[in-house]
This record gives sequence, structure tokens and C-alpha cells, in this order.
Amino acid sequence: MAERTTVVASQSGLHARPAAVFVKAAAEQPAKVTIRKPDGEPVDASSILSLMTLGVEQGDEVILAAEGDRAEEALDTLIALLETDLDAE
Amino acid sequence: MLTRHSGSDLDVEEFDVTVQAGKPGAGTPGLALHGIGVSAGVAVGPVVRMAEPVRPPDDEPAALDPAAAQQAIAAALERVAVELERRAGLTDAAAAEILGAIAMMARDPSLLAGTERRLSDGVGPANAIDLAVEEVCVSLEAVGGYMAERATDLRDVRDRVVAHLLDAPQPGIPDLERPSVLVAHDLAPADTAGLSPSTVLAIITEAGGPTSHTAILAAQLGIPAVVGVARVEQPAAASDGGKVSGEDRIRALLVDGVVLAVDGASGEIVVEPDESVREGWTRRAGERQERLSRFSGPGQTRDGAPVALLANIGTADDAQAAAAADVEGVGLFRTEFLYLDRPAAPTVQEQTETYLAVLRAFGSRKVVVRTLDAGADKPLAFAPSGDEENPALGVRGLRLAQRTESLLDDQLTALAAAARQSEADVWVMAPMVATPAEAGWFATRARQAGLANVGVMIEVPGAALRAEQVLAEVDFASVGTNDLAQYTMAADRMLGELATLLDPWQPAVLDLIAATCAGAQRLATGPLDTEEGDGNGSRTARPVGVCGEAAGDPILALVLVGLGVSSLSMAPAKVPAVRAALALHDRDRCVQMAAVARVAADAAAARAAVVDLLEPEARALA
Repeated sequence: MAERTTVVASQSGLHARPAAVFVKAAAEQPAKVTIRKPDGEPVDASSILSLMTLGVEQGDEVILAAEGDRAEEALDTLIALLETDLDAE
Repeated sequence: MLTRHSGSDLDVEEFDVTVQAGKPGAGTPGLALHGIGVSAGVAVGPVVRMAEPVRPPDDEPAALDPAAAQQAIAAALERVAVELERRAGLTDAAAAEILGAIAMMARDPSLLAGTERRLSDGVGPANAIDLAVEEVCVSLEAVGGYMAERATDLRDVRDRVVAHLLDAPQPGIPDLERPSVLVAHDLAPADTAGLSPSTVLAIITEAGGPTSHTAILAAQLGIPAVVGVARVEQPAAASDGGKVSGEDRIRALLVDGVVLAVDGASGEIVVEPDESVREGWTRRAGERQERLSRFSGPGQTRDGAPVALLANIGTADDAQAAAAADVEGVGLFRTEFLYLDRPAAPTVQEQTETYLAVLRAFGSRKVVVRTLDAGADKPLAFAPSGDEENPALGVRGLRLAQRTESLLDDQLTALAAAARQSEADVWVMAPMVATPAEAGWFATRARQAGLANVGVMIEVPGAALRAEQVLAEVDFASVGTNDLAQYTMAADRMLGELATLLDPWQPAVLDLIAATCAGAQRLATGPLDTEEGDGNGSRTARPVGVCGEAAGDPILALVLVGLGVSSLSMAPAKVPAVRAALALHDRDRCVQMAAVARVAADAAAARAAVVDLLEPEARALA
């Protein structure tokens, strides 16, 4: 299982539009991806509701884990999204 | 009940659930009902009732085939998602994004995981989705703020799925296949987003009062509307001997397909009107229209005293519609739409563009912009005001701006930038000002930002009583009668039951408007600042306007002018009647009307006394 840590860049955290963009990208990955806060339980990264209940704000640290096909590639894509300020687009 | 009824074919059997005795159906055609007319105009058309959400039955049996039930739930969720996406395609970008996000929630794998578990535990399908959604909602509400609001969206998805599973009508405003009269218990802001005057002939609500959301929206769109039909005493049908509650009787009468004639000015409704009623009402509406169209241009009394007639607007779309109307500008531009339902505050750039679009629509006309009026009842994800026991008395309006100064400074910066790039005569005012010090604090900031005409809303009785000192800090005042009535009478605006106390005709409310105008007058003539004043009243008094439902009542408008108000701002559809009322009366008559209204015992007596002083030609406006 591949795992990586990053800091969320979007101004509104993982709410609304940034959350939708992230979830869509996660659902497109062949690997199964989870996301968690350092002190929390991992949740399905392709579930917008699960992601929303994490309540991730800008500057929060999150840990992504991927298992299965092209897991590293999936993490590259998703980490890049998290490190972009999606609200600024 | 979706059966169509027409004419006297009303099926008596179907009413028996709510009306026990007699044959209400047979006695129905021609029956007159009364409510509170809140948006003028006459319409005749069939009822479409807004269905209320259906709850899953308590005694729902377990699914015989859990796998099939799971599939049915998945299919219902997908139907809801597809419908949300279809609606997203019909609306503007911002609303489409919200609807798209809700569709995504409906397709979320965690909901199906939740229902699968419950179905195999023996829970029925409708209860399974209900419990699965509620579980997520509790987690969202625990996060709070923006997420907690999304719980409302998710419960709406739940209501739609449950309706599909139980084969019940979809809650909310139905798709109108033909122009119809929309009947609802009451309308929430979310219900009204897609209302169009081309398909909604008229709106009738059982609850609600003159300042309810329904009333404001209908007036804004120019849709005839009657509210509070179940609260107004109706003539008891002989058949039920008055034993049936108002609400139940209205529910039984106003079912889908029943044709109604609606007069949004008088509040009259006729069930299954005959040809003579239809003709008479249509003629009456035409005559009223004709009478109003004789007057146009800037508002003035019969003897030529100018009274600016302005529009209230709440969105950029409103601005386009209002700019095309015969108004002298905008007296109240509510800016909340830029801030609500979003996770982060709008940038200065975004605000500047929006303000510029609004200002340009009005050319060189006057536009009064109210700075953000948010608070615990209109919460913002990025400026939380916390849980408050009494949001109306809490950190809202200017008080919120004082807590998060950058919000206000960004708004003033954006507005000043837009003002520089347009020809419009831009005025800015702060909501919920209570003291001269607050007025001064706001004026300093607004002037520093580069705005020349700075004012305050008068909504707090304390500010009305000390208007002279408050106005000394600013250039103008605008009375918000809805909130002023709420605070003067200590009656919550949201409680339809207190509509009588909230009536802007309450003499105590009129007294406070008079006090505001008197303060402005004293400031112009009096000794408050002897160096500036010459004691002869030669200085022009700071203008006092009214924006609020009171300004759009043609009879009350005369009283306001008599009290000393120099501008009236209202939904654009209300302007013609107010203009006509002013044109038919001299200013002295308005002063006399104000005097009799203020000495009346209560709101009803005040109105009656003023109606007695109306020119005969103006009575039809009442």
C-alpha cells in the first residue's frame, strides 16, 4: 500500500467545489484510495459525504493511501490536486 | 391526490378524509375565500399544490428480496441525481454548481453501503434510506458551519428518494406543464428559486404574512399573491357547521386542478368562478392597470412635491429587470446574495464586477447599496456568528462587520471601485445601526474607501429616537420598516401568528418614523451644531427614505410622505400604484393623514382613518 502526506491548499479547504473536483478524480483511479487526518480513521476518497464529514480546512494535513492498480500514479494525481488552490481557478 | 377536477364534477368522496359532513364539493363552485393580498394582479387558473415531503411509514415491512430493494433504492437515488443535473442545466453557473454537488451526494457510495446493511437487518427500504441519510447528516452537523447546511440538501435528496420509493408525489414545486396557481402551506427561499411568472399565474399560501418570504418574492416577480388564507376567518360552509379547522378546509378545497380566480390586491379568491366572475375580475384588473398607466415618470404629490420612487433589488438579475422599469433608481440593493451559500468570502475583484454590472444597468440613476446584512439567521461559513438564543438581537448587520472588519473593508473597496467606473449616483448604507458612534464608525470607513454618500438604516428604535445625533454622523437615513416593526413591537418577523403586531400601520411604528424625520429636521434647523446651522432652516435636511414593505402600500406611502419621508423604495411591480396614489393627493393631505394615523388606537383604526381621507379616485388602490 502506498501512502503519502500533504497539506491542503484550497482556500475553502475540502468543501464545495474543491471537494467535488477531488472526489471525481479519486473515483476515476483504478486504485482504491482513502484519505484521513493524522489523528483520524481513513475514509473512501471517492465518497463526497465521507470527505465532507472529515471537515478538512485550508492548511490541514491529510494522509492519502492507495491500494491496487497504479497506486503510485493515483497518489501523484490526487496530491497534485490537493496542493493546488482550486478556489483560485 | 393528483386527480384532476373540473367544474362541478368535484368528486365528493375524495374530500371525506378531511371534511366529514355534507357535500362540500357540490357547494364549492363560487365559494369565496379571503387571505391577505400581498402582490397585486388578477389571475384565473388551475391549482397545482406543492406537495409536502412524505415520511417513511413506521410499520413498513422488511423487504422480501433485499437485493431487489437495494437496486430500487439505487435507481431512486440515480433518478434524483439525474433530475438535479437537469435542473442544474436550466440555471446560472453558481446555482448549477450547488445542484451538481448535491447530485454527487445522491450518487455517493456511502449511502448505498448504509442502506445495504440496514436492508439485510430487516429494515424496510424507505426507512433504510432515511436512517442511512440521517447517520451522515448527524456527522455533517457535528462538523458544523457550511457542512451542517449541506445536511439540509441531503435531507432534501432523502425526501425525493422516499417519495420515489413510496410512489408519492415529489416534494417541492412541481414541474408546471401549463400556467397554474401554485398553492402551498408556505414557501421557503429554496422552493422559490425556479419560480417563473410565465408558468406561475398566482401564489396562494395557507400560512405567511405580509412580510413573509413568499410575499416579498411574489412582489419582486410581479406574480399576484395571497398569503395567510388559513389564518383569515373564512365563511363557514353550511355543510361542515364550522367544525373543520381553517387549514383542513383550505386543504380540502384547493386540490390539484380546481380552477381559482385570485385577486392579489384585495386578497379575494373564488373557487370555480363562473363566467361573470371571470369577466368582472379581468375587467377590474384591466381598469386598475389603465388607471395606473395614466401616471408615469418621477414620483410627486398632486401639488408637485417630489417623492423619489425607487426599486428594491437583491440580485444582479433583479437589477436588469428593475432598470427596465419606470423607477428613479434603487433604494435598497441587498448584497447578501454575494455571500450566502459559499465557503469563502467573495474577492474584491468578484464583488467589483458584480457591483459594476448592477450600477451600469441604472445608467446615471441613484443606487443605494446596503452593506452585508448577515447574522445568526443568515449564517456565513467564513464569518460565523455562533449559536445565539436570539439571532434577531445578536451579532448581525453592522455588528458582524465590526467583528470581522476585513469583510466590510473589502466590500467598501469593491463598491468604491465600481462607483468610479460607472456613471451611477452611488450611495452606501449600513444595516442594524443602533448608536451615533456606530454610524460614525461606518461613515469614517466608507469615506476612507472613497464613497461620498454614506448613510444608515433605521431599524432599531434606539436609532430612531436619537436620529438627530445618528444623522449628524452621516448623509442620509433609510427606514427598514420590517425590522423596525419587529423591534418596536417585540414580535418575531418569522412568526406568522404575530402578523398583527408586525403591521407597519402600528401607530408606535409610525411614531418612530416621525421621530426619525423630526431628528433630520432639527439637525437642519436646530442648535445642535450652531456653527453650521443658521437657525432658519435654510440648510437642506438630511434625506430620510423608507425601504420595506410599508413603502409599497399605496395608502401607507401617503402617510410616510406626510411624516416627512422623501423617497420610497419597493418591489418594482408596486411602484405604479404608489405613483398613482401620490399623484392624486396634495402634500398637505398627506400630512393630515399622518396626523390621524398617529392618534389612532391601533393599526386597523389608523388605516381606516386614512382611507376616509382618500380622494374617491384613489379608493380603488386600497
